[in-house]
Amino acid sequence: MSIPDTAVEPVTYMAGAAAPTTGKKLRAAMNSSPFYMLLILIVLVGFFSYVSPNFATTFNVRNVFLDASTLMILAIGMTYVMISGGFDLSIGSVLVFSGVLAAKTMEWIGTDNAMTVGAGLLAALVGGLAWGLFNGFCISRLRVSALITTLGSMGSALGLSYLLTGGSDVRTVPNTLIKISTGSFFNVPYLVIITVVFTIIGMVWLHMTRFGRHTYIVGSNPEAARRAGINVGNHQMRLYALSGLLAGVAAMLSLGRFATTTLEGHGNDPLDAITAVVLGGTSLVGGSGTIIGTVIGVFIPAVLSNGFIIMGIAPFWQMVVIGFVVIAAVYADQIKRSRRAA
Amino acid sequence: MRQDMGASGVRQGNAPILEARGIVKHFGHVQALQGVDFEAHAGEITAMIGDNGAGKSTLVKILSGVFKPTSGTIFVNGREVSFSSPADAHAQGLETVYQDLSVAQDLSPAANMFMGREKKLPGLLGKLGFLDNVTMRRDSVAAFERLKVSLKDMETPISSLSGGQRQSVAICRSIMWAKSVVFMDEPTAALGVLQTARTLELIRRIRDTGVAIVLISHNMRDVLEVADVVEVLRLGRRIARYKNDGTTSVQDLVGAMTGALDPVAEEFAA
Repeated sequence: MSIPDTAVEPVTYMAGAAAPTTGKKLRAAMNSSPFYMLLILIVLVGFFSYVSPNFATTFNVRNVFLDASTLMILAIGMTYVMISGGFDLSIGSVLVFSGVLAAKTMEWIGTDNAMTVGAGLLAALVGGLAWGLFNGFCISRLRVSALITTLGSMGSALGLSYLLTGGSDVRTVPNTLIKISTGSFFNVPYLVIITVVFTIIGMVWLHMTRFGRHTYIVGSNPEAARRAGINVGNHQMRLYALSGLLAGVAAMLSLGRFATTTLEGHGNDPLDAITAVVLGGTSLVGGSGTIIGTVIGVFIPAVLSNGFIIMGIAPFWQMVVIGFVVIAAVYADQIKRSRRAA
Repeated sequence: MRQDMGASGVRQGNAPILEARGIVKHFGHVQALQGVDFEAHAGEITAMIGDNGAGKSTLVKILSGVFKPTSGTIFVNGREVSFSSPADAHAQGLETVYQDLSVAQDLSPAANMFMGREKKLPGLLGKLGFLDNVTMRRDSVAAFERLKVSLKDMETPISSLSGGQRQSVAICRSIMWAKSVVFMDEPTAALGVLQTARTLELIRRIRDTGVAIVLISHNMRDVLEVADVVEVLRLGRRIARYKNDGTTSVQDLVGAMTGALDPVAEEFAA
């Protein structure tokens, strides 16, 4: 309690009434975690471009973006869920499950045109939504912790995927989908364009709408949200549904890119997404975070890993480095919070 | 001055804005409230005091729509009402300021003022859920100015404000929305001496805007400093009602709360 602090405050001091100056906003932005992470990203990109002529090439940049796109879609949903104070460990398995549903649906239809892909997309979205609603139901209605719920559905969704496929990947992906996934517009792959569109929508929706505002409030103080008449349970349902839906979208992108259901390929996705979200400055306890931060958080590991490969360093170093960086980022967030609370 | 509880028309004839009659609340076998009467008038601060377990919190929770009474009736502006949720109470113009600051620390003062009641932009953008941050900010600044609450910054999260300022935001929010009654549950419990003084000053200014304030407090000095009327609860009943006209002492209140004045209180227990 800082009594003197209040004592020296003149009663008529109304600086807050003045419009925020650009300088003030800029200073606030420069004090944020995403800004520091952006500096780190810029330094990394600068460093790799300087030491290797193969880094800043169209081909390589395109690769980095393509590699990051699926994770970016998942990380958007994770950002929403984590700002609300939750977790979603199931997204990797839900991605696989949705991919299997889509592939099986398209295989069953047997044609190879836009309609087939549309049906596949629908199947993927329904699969993702169903898991999201299931997670949301267990967390908001049955009050099972998010960690346990999504850990459970992570196992179940993958198990069901194995049962549906008999344990081997479905490789009958229609050419139409592969063409969409490998195509590009002025040398920018469609996959990247789709990811950018989703990212921008995610950004605008989070920062400018009531849904986004409620997400922050629920994460910041669920009890206050309840008292203010916000239906916290319903909001959580929607957030996990969103996370599941985005896993369905990511499933289609992955299916198109790799032309297979990649049953074994997504075990690390949830942890990679959480890493990206945390690196981007979203608080582990909820209440604060940004999509732009998550974008930076997705690219730091991606650039690091790509740069190491190009320099001939074992890419496993990326895992080592990022592991420590994440711990440091969370530590910095905690210090910032305790200083504010004091 | 102690008032006669038998006749309800003693208060210069003006009807209470909020009135509760014979409120009973059971929790299983526990009778938390055994037929409490309560009233609050516009432009007055009514303090509700009582020892732990006297039923203050239960009564406030019933009056603000959190609990449903087992029996008894509530009137707002003379009309009988029944609340099944806090939202019902909000709709009647009743707001509550909680002891443990119902604010979102990570959000700006304006976002907190409009928490759960965000203003949307007009037209299509509004239908899509887009927020009208400019209007919300302007209305918040106006509300703070009206109540002479000064905040360092309207942009930063309120976690950077002092405890007293955060409480001011919570109180201003309830005022912005309250049309008839504001319940304040121990609003100064977490505050230091100077912050308490400023909060009490704020409560007086709010009283002067014409709403009824129901102040729940353990602090007899605070109560005697700001309250116009003091209602004393004990063991689930209203035991006394004092008009705070300078003749009431802390000893009177404590006596009524603890039952030391029981012989006098007998007549109200019936």
